[in-house]
Amino acid sequence: MAWLLAILETLLFVGAAPLLAGWIKRVKCRLQNRKAPSVFQPYRDLLKLYRKQPIAPHPASWIFRAAPYIVFASTVLAAAIVPLVAVDLPTSRIADIIVLVGFFALGRTFQVLAGMDIGTAFGGMGSSREMTISSLAEPAMLMAVFTLTMSAHTTNLSQAMNYVLDTGLVLRPSFVFALGGLILVAIAETGRIPVDNPATHLELTMIHEAMILEYSGRWLALIEWASQIKLMLYGVLIANIFFPWGIAQDFSLTTLGYGMAMIALKLAVLALVLALSEALFAKMRIFRVQEYLGFAYLLSVLGMLSHIILETAR
Amino acid sequence: MSLFFAYLSVVAALMSALVALATNWRARLQRLAEAILRRWPHAHSVAARIFSETHYREFHRYSLFVLLGFSGLGALLAGLGTLMNGAVLTQILPFGLPWLSWHIRIDPLAGFFLCVLGLPLMAVSLYGPGYVREFEHGKHPLSALGLFTGLFVAGMELVLLADDAFLFMIAWELMSVASYFLVAYQHDHAANRRAAFLYLLMAEIGAIAIILAYGVLAGFGGGLTFDALRGASLNPLWASIAFVLGLIGFGMKAGLVPIHAWLPEAHPVAPSHISALMSGVMLKIAVYGFIRFTFDLLNQILWQWGVLVLVIGAASAVLGILYALQQQNLKRLLAYSSVENIGIVFVALGLSLIFLSSGQAHLGTLGLVAALLHALNHALFKSLLFLGAGAILHQTHEQSLENMGGLIHRMPKLAAVFLVGTLSIAALPPLNGFVSEWLIFQTALQGGLIESGVLRSLIPTASAVLALTSALAATCFVKVYGVAFLGLPRSHHIAHARDVQHRGMLGGPLLLAACCGLIGVLPTPLINGLGTLTHQLTGFVLPSVSALGWLWLTPVAPKVASYAPTLVLLGMAMVGGLCYYLLYRRTRLEPRRAEPWDCGFGGLTSAMQYTSGAFSMPIRRIFQPVFEIRESIEAQQAGPANIRIVALRYHFHVLDRAWLALYEPAGRLVLRLARGIGRLQTGNIRTYLGYSFFTLIFLLWVIS
Repeated sequence: MAWLLAILETLLFVGAAPLLAGWIKRVKCRLQNRKAPSVFQPYRDLLKLYRKQPIAPHPASWIFRAAPYIVFASTVLAAAIVPLVAVDLPTSRIADIIVLVGFFALGRTFQVLAGMDIGTAFGGMGSSREMTISSLAEPAMLMAVFTLTMSAHTTNLSQAMNYVLDTGLVLRPSFVFALGGLILVAIAETGRIPVDNPATHLELTMIHEAMILEYSGRWLALIEWASQIKLMLYGVLIANIFFPWGIAQDFSLTTLGYGMAMIALKLAVLALVLALSEALFAKMRIFRVQEYLGFAYLLSVLGMLSHIILETAR
Repeated sequence: MSLFFAYLSVVAALMSALVALATNWRARLQRLAEAILRRWPHAHSVAARIFSETHYREFHRYSLFVLLGFSGLGALLAGLGTLMNGAVLTQILPFGLPWLSWHIRIDPLAGFFLCVLGLPLMAVSLYGPGYVREFEHGKHPLSALGLFTGLFVAGMELVLLADDAFLFMIAWELMSVASYFLVAYQHDHAANRRAAFLYLLMAEIGAIAIILAYGVLAGFGGGLTFDALRGASLNPLWASIAFVLGLIGFGMKAGLVPIHAWLPEAHPVAPSHISALMSGVMLKIAVYGFIRFTFDLLNQILWQWGVLVLVIGAASAVLGILYALQQQNLKRLLAYSSVENIGIVFVALGLSLIFLSSGQAHLGTLGLVAALLHALNHALFKSLLFLGAGAILHQTHEQSLENMGGLIHRMPKLAAVFLVGTLSIAALPPLNGFVSEWLIFQTALQGGLIESGVLRSLIPTASAVLALTSALAATCFVKVYGVAFLGLPRSHHIAHARDVQHRGMLGGPLLLAACCGLIGVLPTPLINGLGTLTHQLTGFVLPSVSALGWLWLTPVAPKVASYAPTLVLLGMAMVGGLCYYLLYRRTRLEPRRAEPWDCGFGGLTSAMQYTSGAFSMPIRRIFQPVFEIRESIEAQQAGPANIRIVALRYHFHVLDRAWLALYEPAGRLVLRLARGIGRLQTGNIRTYLGYSFFTLIFLLWVIS
């Protein structure tokens, strides 16, 4: 029963990710005084790509063809272990938050390898930049995560959420700092403005788009879908770790329904914030990203120190 | 039984060294065999075939490596046996000094490191016959290579079996000196001779530090056997002196920052299978020495030691990988990455020391287990990568990443095996590198249990450095794989490379890759198996590792953290397979091949790809203060008033700051001292007579 619920939740996660992307696009269009496409447009795009014949460039090897599947599978697995509607699902025990970071790294590695597999300047450029940014973002993210896990005494996501639920609404300075750090990292890792621009195809500023420039058809669909899931993953992480209220702690239908409504609400609000920030800020130069991520790291370290100094007085 | 296998492995290694001496004795051996086997016609004909002109070389080459393989197998069996039953076996051999026979002991710690030695050695013995074939016709004798390889392996095994400081040092020196000859094997390049000399120098300085460290213990313990050393009662000051000497001595061999600079010089210039043994195994012997000295022989642990080890380990990890990222020579890059991985092992050891000294013995045990597991993992994937790099070198005579590219099309099998090593060393789930790093993170996250606030804030900072290291390691090895194997070939000979033909040259790396995968997917039985070892060293076994069953890894408690790599692999296979079925099998849309996007200009060439240097340029720029970068552009001009530039050459070097800050000043100091002492030697007989006169007067004054 619990396993079935876990699988259903994962399917819901994977299925709802394009909707979130559509919603963000819609809000952003409104903010920029443009006519907005339907929120279901990402589904239509995916369907269209699914029907098209994929094209592989001449130098590509099997890595190029396998990468989309590995990227997608690792992202779906990451989605399986992050509690969306209910905590204490059996899947959340398979892997903890450090393994989650590992899943992201696995997907990214294959994406980057695929970018280098095509043997063009764009692929290498995107790959080099992606690895640079992620190698700075990963420590910041782990530091933010460590701050949480040191208060909750667990790296298991369900247990951490339970801990926050049990202690109730307490304003912890360490959580505020960690939240700030995690949001900055999430923006960098999902390739949003101001670090990367998902809508750009201006050759010299692309990062993520440069790596996947040669993809088409079902491969592109998988990669696009995976990045939509990844965006939603970060949203759910932020929403459910820092504001877990509303998540179902037992498996009755009413609590599950309530949990679903609450997470939809939380994600909608987060998407509003993201769209607003994307409308307000411009993309920054690539060699300013390290300052941005350094700031994220600093916030996380401050969170850690304030946890050690203020919250665990002995 | 374990002791028998251990002796067998030492004897097999020595036999291999002996067989190597017989490289040019074909005629003599043939006559001998004919004389002995005259009675038995069947054996005689076999011997005649073996010792014939045509077969002898091959037979000889194989017998060298088969013996090494037996040595590895013996070590593995001895190690596994000891780890399983946890027995401590000792024996006294009638060799050595008149008042100090050789004490031999095999216990779970030695057993574990025998396993660490055995697996890569078996892989090397599969790989070797194919790899050294080209040396047979080279100008360097195969006999020297085989002789010193055998001695080197025997030395490493004896280090693990030694139970007194005297035998330990003999074996240690055998290992160091034999490997010096292996580094100097291709001695026609001045750079190799220089690297070998530097290696010998640093190894001897390290050995002196180890001797002094044992000396301190022996002075208090009253004997050179390890039992006597264990019994030494030291005050904290003397214990700290011994510890620091041990750290310098073993750290020198292990390649800790800032005394690591010899390692990336020496390891890459040896033949590749030796590089694999040096980076994969010999560094672990140094780790073994450190663990034996600190956790076993010193009977107290201070938290300050843990902090020192933690800081040095973290510095080694992050600097090692930053320098590795900037290397264009593949083997040199791998050597720098060894500095990084040894740093990670020492971070875990530092955590373990801190926890043990503050009374959290079960967490100290966890840190120790993480360190041991990472040592094993590094031995596996680093050997694999060195053997892979050796295979590329063997097939294409190319070491520079800048000239490689597209090898996945030319060497598909090697590329697949190499990919496993790349993913393992980049610490990606579900492979083995990830498991050990995950355990280290779990250990570090329990830092909140420590009383002291300084330590509590230091440990998470160290783990953040570790996070940076693992992310940079992923960058580094993605670069290696992407530049060497993917894309378009960057030079003519790479474009026409042939895949490895010799089966063993693929089989060796494949064996290691299989071990990497197995440990990655099923780490829990292995960690349970380390229970005897941790019980011996810290008095604890990790009780909750398999609290949820053998599928799950739960190092602290099921509620705190759990990881099920088997289920991860299964889940990935299921999702990936399902997608493949739904997207490909159902639509039956075959992909089409086309030219990649070239902005409409056409004519993409391999020179337009990102190079290895370009790939790591952003990191170089962000971490600029760490490196000493020498860049220059040399223009060749021609025409009236040199107005036309005919050719441009770009020179680029990244120098190691440790080299400039530590090694060169030390070298200059030695030279200056030598010059000062040289001033005493005037060459004038009257001055020397004066010296003798004053010495005599001084001695007479001392006596009276």
